[in-house]
Amino acid sequence: MNLTLRIWRQKGSEDKGRMVRYEVADVSPDMSFLEMLDVLNERLTLEGEEPVAFDHDCREGICGMCGMVINGVAHGPEVTTACQLHMRSFSDGDTIDIEPWRAKAFPVVKDLVVDRGAFDRIIQAGGYISAPTGSAPDAHSIPVAKADADRAFDAATCIGCGACVAACPNASAMLFTAAKVTHLGLLPQGQPERASRVVRMVDQMDAEDFGGCTNIGECAAVCPKGIPLETISRLNHDLLGSLSGADAK
Amino acid sequence: MIPTRYRSSVFLKAAMAVTGAVMVLFLIMHMVGNLKAFEGQESFDAYSHWLRVVGYPAVPEGGLLWAIRIALTVSVVVHIASATVLALRARRARPQRYQTRKRVRQSYASRTMRWGGVIIAVFVLYHILHLTVNVIAPGGASDSPYERLVNGFQQPLVAVFYIVSLLLVGLHLQHGLWSVFATLGASSGRREPLLRGGATALSVLLIAGFMLVPVSVMIGWVS
Amino acid sequence: MTASDGSHAPMTPMPLYTDGEPIADTKAPAGPIEARWDERRFNARLVNPANKRKLTVLVVGTGLAGASAGATLAELGYHVKSFCYQDSPRRAHSIAAQGGINAAKNYRNDGDSIHRLFYDTVKGGDFRARESNVYRLAQVSVEIIDQCVAQGVPFAREYGGLLDNRSFGGAQVSRTFYARGQTGQQLLIGAYQALSRQIGLGNVEMHARTEMLDLIVVDGRARGIVTRDLVTGEISSHFADAVVLATGGYGNVFFLSTNAKGCNVTAVWRAHRKGALFANPCYTQIHPTCIPVSGDYQSKLTLMSESLRNDGRVWVPKKAGDERPPNEIPEDERDYYLERIYPAFGNLVPRDIASRAAKNVCDEGRGVGPGESGHRQGVYLDFADAIQRLGRKAVEAKYGNLFDMYARITGEDPYTVPMRIYPAVHYTMGGLWVDYDLQSTIPGLFVTGEANFSDHGANRLGASALMQGLADGYFVLPNTVNDYLASGPFEKVDASHPEAVAAEEEVRERVRRLLSVDGDRTVDSFHRELGKLMWDYCGMERTEEGLTKAIDRIRELREEFWTRVKVTGGGEELNQSLERAGRVADFFELAELMCIDALHRTESCGGHFRAESQTPEGEALRDDENFAYVAAWEYTGTGEPPVLHKEELTYEYVKMTQRSYK
Ligand SMILES: Cc1cc2nc3c(=O)[nH]c(=O)nc-3n(C[C@H](O)[C@H](O)[C@H](O)COP(=O)(O)OP(=O)(O)OC[C@H]3O[C@@H](n4cnc5c(N)ncnc54)[C@H](O)[C@@H]3O)c2cc1C
Ligand code: HEM
Ligand code: HEM
Ligand code: SF4
Ligand code: F3S
Ligand code: FES
Repeated sequence: MNLTLRIWRQKGSEDKGRMVRYEVADVSPDMSFLEMLDVLNERLTLEGEEPVAFDHDCREGICGMCGMVINGVAHGPEVTTACQLHMRSFSDGDTIDIEPWRAKAFPVVKDLVVDRGAFDRIIQAGGYISAPTGSAPDAHSIPVAKADADRAFDAATCIGCGACVAACPNASAMLFTAAKVTHLGLLPQGQPERASRVVRMVDQMDAEDFGGCTNIGECAAVCPKGIPLETISRLNHDLLGSLSGADAK
Repeated sequence: MIPTRYRSSVFLKAAMAVTGAVMVLFLIMHMVGNLKAFEGQESFDAYSHWLRVVGYPAVPEGGLLWAIRIALTVSVVVHIASATVLALRARRARPQRYQTRKRVRQSYASRTMRWGGVIIAVFVLYHILHLTVNVIAPGGASDSPYERLVNGFQQPLVAVFYIVSLLLVGLHLQHGLWSVFATLGASSGRREPLLRGGATALSVLLIAGFMLVPVSVMIGWVS
Repeated sequence: MTASDGSHAPMTPMPLYTDGEPIADTKAPAGPIEARWDERRFNARLVNPANKRKLTVLVVGTGLAGASAGATLAELGYHVKSFCYQDSPRRAHSIAAQGGINAAKNYRNDGDSIHRLFYDTVKGGDFRARESNVYRLAQVSVEIIDQCVAQGVPFAREYGGLLDNRSFGGAQVSRTFYARGQTGQQLLIGAYQALSRQIGLGNVEMHARTEMLDLIVVDGRARGIVTRDLVTGEISSHFADAVVLATGGYGNVFFLSTNAKGCNVTAVWRAHRKGALFANPCYTQIHPTCIPVSGDYQSKLTLMSESLRNDGRVWVPKKAGDERPPNEIPEDERDYYLERIYPAFGNLVPRDIASRAAKNVCDEGRGVGPGESGHRQGVYLDFADAIQRLGRKAVEAKYGNLFDMYARITGEDPYTVPMRIYPAVHYTMGGLWVDYDLQSTIPGLFVTGEANFSDHGANRLGASALMQGLADGYFVLPNTVNDYLASGPFEKVDASHPEAVAAEEEVRERVRRLLSVDGDRTVDSFHRELGKLMWDYCGMERTEEGLTKAIDRIRELREEFWTRVKVTGGGEELNQSLERAGRVADFFELAELMCIDALHRTESCGGHFRAESQTPEGEALRDDENFAYVAAWEYTGTGEPPVLHKEELTYEYVKMTQRSYK
């Protein structure tokens, strides 16, 4: 099939970007979206033009590196990552708009590539259990109810892609932050730091210039890993609880 | 200086939820009170009067009313202040807009919270000037709140403004009522559909109740 | 060709390689194998806590091996600088591992033990791994699980709240710990969080989107690295008292593999060029259950978890060139070839065997899927029986997410149409040679995880790469790095040191060269061609003729690369073509060494199958008399014959036997 792409081109973080139109011919429906961009890039290179920069690594939907807004939706029309989106979701003659994640906290580095370092800093602020190597008791000394383990796992599948931020009308990082708070907060090992963790992570989230959450739910709707909206409520619960708790720093 | 944790986006949202809830409680009372309009002028005016003298002399005259007014004022101020801070943050959080935008799940209600809120505020202002403070008197001034009300709603423009505003309030609450639970950490995957359903039902009921008065006046049931 | 002098006369005037001194000592302590690691730890020298803060360790890579090492070294008090090419340390390729991680916990009471895990791994590696290392790996495996659970890794649990285990990769005991199909992700996130904690505390300085392009060696010791900031293009040097490479495997030399697109050999290859020996480069693991290639545009291959073979039945039509859709082929015209050839193990034979069997039936023209008849590369993995036996619900519960992934990628519904699978490159057992301390032949250069030549010998068992990466990073390396650093302090080095200046200049020059060719072929077109060459001649089956041809062609292609490659854009900006070009340039050099290694090893073992060395039934035939050694190669120059150093392998605890799965 033949497609028209309109892609956001931006040379660097300081430059102004714009949408540029490209025609791509003979796209196979079995191609992944990124393979379709590869085809375009090969052609651009041979024409002496700079190929479109986009982030990707695993190309199997798990590293969270790829990410772009496709026709106005983070990761495109299917609920999956851009690398797992296939061209059979489009039809011949379509025009496809491709833009980077847009958020102050995710500055554009080039074209479709953004800097998601803010997510790392949220984790650094408290998204962990302090368990230095060598200090661990036998794994079976802490049983975990299966239901808790399963729910913790569901939250732990977040791939840090940033689609939630990209989709949120407030550019809020609540779903990402809540996923981690939920993952660790549901496990017995996570209890000692539970209150301080949420306070520190939320402070960092605010400091990174993400917006606040108004429970719109767009984030969970596009999350490729199906992180549920309820994690946000759980974060709220923990944070409000921590305000009265003794543990908060 | 307010400690950071009381300035966090989550805390601000909690403040909105609590104040929102206070306002909702008032609205429920208010709606029920309004229904007295159907019992006729005396009943309605008596109710209005009762509001002012209840508890007297244990509470000074107008005590309850003033207590409500203070609680409401504080709520409105905190609610609007938080909404403003959060709206500004959200604005700053996305300096560059999308060229193309498609909505996946967000409801109309959730998207119009800010604009809807502002229009509601304007409405409340007008409403108080009209019915409480009595400085504007569409359709003719009167000492009787009942008459002021009926006179007002007999003006189609006024009635329509009320009705539109009511719809906006309904929309605000349809999202807001569920949102209160989520914000205060009481929602969960299992409870969410229930809460959302409850929020919709309560908003519809509330707005329907409010709506009865202007609609009845318009079609001449109450005059 | 003869193994002794490596001459390949009369066709090529230059010998392909020359023989060097054997490797005398791997530094493993003598004595009973159970006590060796304790002994090594006890004898390791310690560094005074006050001095640790003054010592810097560079850790390149943030996969399981690198993140665990970075976090642990920082916890010990060292100043750590950590590097990865992705935008976040959390995205290292380890994240993609699906199946699980082995540990000799024996929670199932099914007869597992450290000794059995040790035994299985040595045997599974086809007797080409070191006993001492493997034993230590099995010992440490137990602690890994404890550590991960303490960090909050949500392993699968049973209703009683205790950890669940499954059997994996043909093991007869259930020793695999897993987190649904995302074990690698969960383990990596655990290590990443530990690393993040240290970053937050200021003990680790993280450099994401930074690629190591050279190693700085001063007075024979590894003292730093040269990096390129992938955003600004800035080339700079970092100095330290020790350097750890945890940069993963090089399966992408084949272009198509299950590895992430960015996986590369650059860091390791640059260290090799600076003097570190490269061991067993030809040992490549081909995974049998991947989604087949669907077109020329294909950019990578996706693994379908091995667990599918527990319930799926593998078959192809009996008749070559059968064009009928699978559901129209009657039972008696189907060849369930694994069940036929290996009745005891059936569909569960080890990876190398299942892979080669698939290749054989496709070579016979019985492959299935789209494409020209006779060139179809795929076999069916059929769940019809399982669905009938267990019900669709049960199959869905077990494999639902895998089926969904398959449907998304292929557009076919595996519940009604049999899946198509084909082998794909998956893991590289070769890597930089390291001693028992995980130290390379350059003092101060430690290599961990898939980047070292590892503990797996000629074949890696399922669920043991994760185990090895974490064993290295959490438990082995911290002890041995201590010991090395205790031999300091070393002379101070900074950017003005002639070695550093030279290394930086070399990197700059290379970048300039890549940008200046301005030819007419893209980087990917070269990479694809190299990959195809490697797959055809140095893939599942290798022959002397094919390898010889491949070496010649690789050399030509390499020349062509440097005259025809086109890299647009500049060096001082984010330039993904430039990044890829540098990696492909190194793959060319590695590819040649892989072929030389494969050519010199005239036996078949594990992932290395030489058509000339097979049993009458077509199984791999080892030659223990001549090849029970690690081949460690020394670099002498691009296109120059490398020097072969042999490390003899001796087996005191596991008797060498021929593997058989009939
Ligand atoms: C699809 C798939 C499934 C697998 N499933 C399993 C399984 O179930 N069980 C199992 O045990 N094993 C499995 N494996 C194997 C296992 O995942 C890997 O061998 C292991 O994770 C490698 O870890 P590592 O830390 O050595 O390297 P990696 O995780 O590959 O990390 C490499 C790191 O080095 C960095 N890096 C690389 N080059 C440079 C450079 N030049 N400069 C700077 N940084 C650099 C990268 O940024 C990255 O951080 C699987 C592998 C694949 C491909
Ligand atoms: C059609 C619907 C409504 C009718 C008929 C109505 C009627 C009235 C009347 C008669 C009063 C004066 C009471 C008195 O002073 O004795 C009043 C006061 C008030 N109403 Fe309404 N109202 C309606 C809807 C609303 C809505 C939707 C809101 C808020 C969103 C609202 C908020 C208020 C407030 C804040 C006061 C002032 C209370 C005080 O401090 O005295 N009303 N309303
Ligand atoms: C006066 C102007 C008002 C403004 C600008 C305003 C704005 C907002 C905004 C922006 C939100 C957050 C959106 C969200 O949570 O999705 C909100 C929430 C809410 N508002 Fe208002 N609002 C106003 C008035 C009111 C009134 C009069 C009521 C009650 C009758 C009310 C009840 C609520 C409730 C219950 C919520 C939910 C709180 C939460 O999200 O947890 N608001 N409002
Ligand atoms: S919560 Fe979902 S959308 Fe957000 S970063 Fe995690 S996986 Fe991506
Ligand atoms: S879309 Fe945004 S407003 Fe909250 S619920 Fe999701 S973060
Ligand atoms: S490239 Fe890894 S998730 Fe898409």
